[in-house]
Amino acid sequence: MKIRTIKDLLDARLIVGEDFLDNEVLYACGSDLMSDVLAFVKEQTVLLTGLNNPQVIRTAEMLDVSAIVFVRGKIPSPDIIQMALERDIVLLSTEHTLFEACGKLYEGGLRGR
Amino acid sequence: MAQSINNEELVMVHTYEIEAGNFTLAGEAASNIKKLLRQIGIDTKIVRRVAIAAYETEINMVIHSVGGIMRLEITPKEIVLKARDDGPGIEDIELAMQEGYSTATELARELGFGAGMGLPNIKRCSDKLHIQSELGQGTYLEARFFL
Repeated sequence: MKIRTIKDLLDARLIVGEDFLDNEVLYACGSDLMSDVLAFVKEQTVLLTGLNNPQVIRTAEMLDVSAIVFVRGKIPSPDIIQMALERDIVLLSTEHTLFEACGKLYEGGLRGR
Repeated sequence: MAQSINNEELVMVHTYEIEAGNFTLAGEAASNIKKLLRQIGIDTKIVRRVAIAAYETEINMVIHSVGGIMRLEITPKEIVLKARDDGPGIEDIELAMQEGYSTATELARELGFGAGMGLPNIKRCSDKLHIQSELGQGTYLEARFFL
């Protein structure tokens, strides 16, 4: 699924990474627990999370996660946005809850693994 | 910091200082390790495994230790990640290796860590893992990734 489609399905706002909206992701993972994300996530995954701190970007970087969706309208701070920019990671923000956002992407055909 | 050592097998050594309790900086060493391995053309799947193990190790040192040194050695045959800290040490390594066992602080949990997945994940990512620790002394970790 293209990141652009994820943005549309979630009525999400693009924070950074316009150049990469046409990149494909194969899987999705919804979690606030970075320990779990580090243990299970594959590459070309979109991460949906309610956690909003630099370690979310670090975790995505280690795993080659190409896009992060912050749920419940959360907007990361400028330093976090800068980190994502330097690492070519797309950041999106949606008003939906984690549960609803995951549900919409699942409905759209995206799977966990 | 790169240095050449008078040893045919050792191609590259890098060391990174890890500051305890600095959650903003946590992951910087792992990030540098990942960039370095990519630059020298290591297979992306191995880069990913080393990066995850290095990051988990770094996070562990930031959360639990009083600070220490992480060292990356690259030879034609393997990548070795070594981490040494000055305490407080792991009381029961076997228990610490179990998924879900954690002694992490509330702050670490708020940041999305401390779920007791760190050491098991380092083990999963590496080809060989050795941990030595003494309570009140410190911990030494050595993870090997075969090329």
